[in-house]
Amino acid sequence: MSGTISALLYLVSGVCFIMALRGLSSPETARQGNFFGMAGMVVAIGTTLALPSVLSYETIILGIVIGGAIGTLIARRIEMTALPQLVAAFHSLVGLAACFVAVAAFFKPEAYGIGVPGLPGAIGTASLIEMSLGLAIGAITFTGSIVAFGKLQGLVTGRPLVFPMQHPLNAVLGIVVFVMIGWLIADQNPTAFWLIFAVSLALGFLLILPIGGADMPVVVSMLNSYSGWAACGIGFTLSNSLLIVTGALVGSSGAILSYIMCKGMNRSFFNVILGGFGGETAAAAGGPGGDRSVKSGSAEDAAFIMDNASSVVIVPGYGMAVAQAQHALREMGDILKKGGVTVRYAIHPVAGRMPGHMNVLLAEANVPYDEVLELEEINRDFAQTDVAFVIGANDVTNPAAKTDPTSPIYGMPILDVEKAKTVLFVKRSMASGYAGVDNELFFRDNTMMLFGDAKKMCEEIVKSLEH
Amino acid sequence: MAEISLTEQLRLLSEQAKALAAQASEAAASAGDQAVVAPPPAVIDVAGQIDPSVAGLTVFVLACFVGYYVVWRVTPALHSPLMAVTNAISSVIIVGALIAAGPAQMDFSSIMGFLAVILASVNIFGGFLVTQRMLSMFQKKKK
Repeated sequence: MSGTISALLYLVSGVCFIMALRGLSSPETARQGNFFGMAGMVVAIGTTLALPSVLSYETIILGIVIGGAIGTLIARRIEMTALPQLVAAFHSLVGLAACFVAVAAFFKPEAYGIGVPGLPGAIGTASLIEMSLGLAIGAITFTGSIVAFGKLQGLVTGRPLVFPMQHPLNAVLGIVVFVMIGWLIADQNPTAFWLIFAVSLALGFLLILPIGGADMPVVVSMLNSYSGWAACGIGFTLSNSLLIVTGALVGSSGAILSYIMCKGMNRSFFNVILGGFGGETAAAAGGPGGDRSVKSGSAEDAAFIMDNASSVVIVPGYGMAVAQAQHALREMGDILKKGGVTVRYAIHPVAGRMPGHMNVLLAEANVPYDEVLELEEINRDFAQTDVAFVIGANDVTNPAAKTDPTSPIYGMPILDVEKAKTVLFVKRSMASGYAGVDNELFFRDNTMMLFGDAKKMCEEIVKSLEH
Repeated sequence: MAEISLTEQLRLLSEQAKALAAQASEAAASAGDQAVVAPPPAVIDVAGQIDPSVAGLTVFVLACFVGYYVVWRVTPALHSPLMAVTNAISSVIIVGALIAAGPAQMDFSSIMGFLAVILASVNIFGGFLVTQRMLSMFQKKKK
C-alpha cells in the first residue's frame, strides 16, 4: 500500500474518532458514536498491517488475541462501582505501551524511518526530543495510574501520603528528566534514555501518592489527559498524524474533565495536584461537635415522611457506590413514584470517584436518565422540594461552602439541600466528610439522620413503604 | 496618553522586527552555507520541504482545537463513558507497536513491539466494550 493511501486511511480513522466523541453529546447518539470509534480503530489497525514493513502476522495476531481476550474478559466481568479503578488501570497500560514503542523506536530507528541517512542507528534531534517526551510522559502515566488504581481499589491508603521535602524532591526529579533529555540529544546515549525512563517512573509514583482518595476524579482525568499526550509524543516521533490527532483529542478531553472537576470543588488544579488536602484539616477538626444533638430516625420514619411528600430529590454520593445501594435506591424511587411522588436525582459534578460516576451507577440500576439532573438544572428547585434524601454524600451539601470563608471547602458549588422542607441524611456515622469539616446541616431542626448502611437502609425503607 | 505610548510601542516593535528579520536572513544565509558543507539531519529544509515536525505541530494544534470544542459539548452525564472511550482510542498507539513488531525476524525492538501490541489490545477491547456496556444502560423513561 502506498504511503499516500495509508495516510488517507489514517485520516478516515482520525475523523471516526472525532465522531466517537461527538456522539457523546447526547445519550441517543452515544452508542452510534462508539461504533464510529471501533470502526476507526479497525481502519487504523488494518492500514498499519498493510504497510510493506509489517510482515510478522502470526506474532501480531497472537498479541492481539491475547490482549483482546484479557480485555474482553475484564470488560464483561467488571462491576460498575469498580469503574474508576478499571479506567485507571487501563490508563497505565496505554502509558506502558507508549514506553515500549519509544524503546523499540530508540533501538531500531530505521524501522520507523527516523534514522539519519548514511549513519546507521543515529536518530535526528527532533525525533530524539519527541521520543524522550513520549517516553517520560508514558512512564509517568504508567506508575501514576498504578498508584491511582491502588488508592481506588483500597490497596494503598486513600489518605494523602505526605512527607517533608516532597515537592522539592519532585521538582529535582523533574529537572533531572530534562537534563537527561538534553544529554540524550547531545550524544544519543542509551544510559540517558534508560535514566529518563527510570526517573519518570519514580516521578509518577511520587506525584500521585500525596493526593487523597476523593481527589481521584481529578487525578484519573489528568492521567487520561497524560495518556493522550504520551500518544502525541510517539506520534511526533513517528511522524504519524493519526497518533498526533488522537493524542490531542484524548489529551484535551482529559484536561477539560480535570478542569470541570477542579471547578466543582472550587480548587485550583495545582492545589489538587500538590496534594495533602483533607489530611491535616481532618486531624485538626477532630471529632464532630460532640455537645450538639442531632435528630436520628428509623427507616419507618423516613418512609412515612417521603410517602407523604409530593416531591423528593435524591442526592447520591460516593457512599452509595461503596454500599452498592443504587438498585435498592431505585426500587425505593419506583414505589414512591407509584404513590404519586415526584422523584428526581441531583448529581454534583464531583460526586463519586470519577467524572459521571453516579450517572453510570444510576443508569445501571435502570433509572431513566431524564430523571437525573445536574447541579445547575436542579439547584433552584430545592426550595420547592419536600424531601431531600442525601445518601452517602456530605461535603457537596455543606452550607459552610457558602457561609464560612475559613472553611476548606469555601466557595465550592453545593447542592442547596438545606432549602428543602425536610432533609434526610443516610450515613454510617457522624464522621465528617473527605474535607474534614463538620456539616452543620446535621444539627438543623428539619434534618433527620438515618444511621446505617446505605443499602440496608434503602431496603428497609422499601419494606415499610410496601406495608 | 495611552494612545501615544501605544504608537510608541508599535514603532519600537516594528524596529525590533526589522532587526530580527535582518538577523534571520543572516542566519538563513549561514545555514545555507552549512547546508552546502554538511547537510544537517531533518531540521533545516534544504530542498524547500517542510520539516515533518512542523507539519505534525500544525496537525496537533488543530486537533487540540477540535478536541476542545467537541469535548465541551459532551453532556456531563456521559463523562464516564467519555473517559472510557478516550482511553480506548488512545490505544491507537498500537499503530506504533505494530510497526515495531512488524519485521519478520525477532529482535529486542520487535519483542518490545509485541508486548506493546498486547497491552494496547487489552485496552482497545476492554475500553470499547466497557463503553458499550455503560452506554447500553442509559435509557429514557419508559412510557
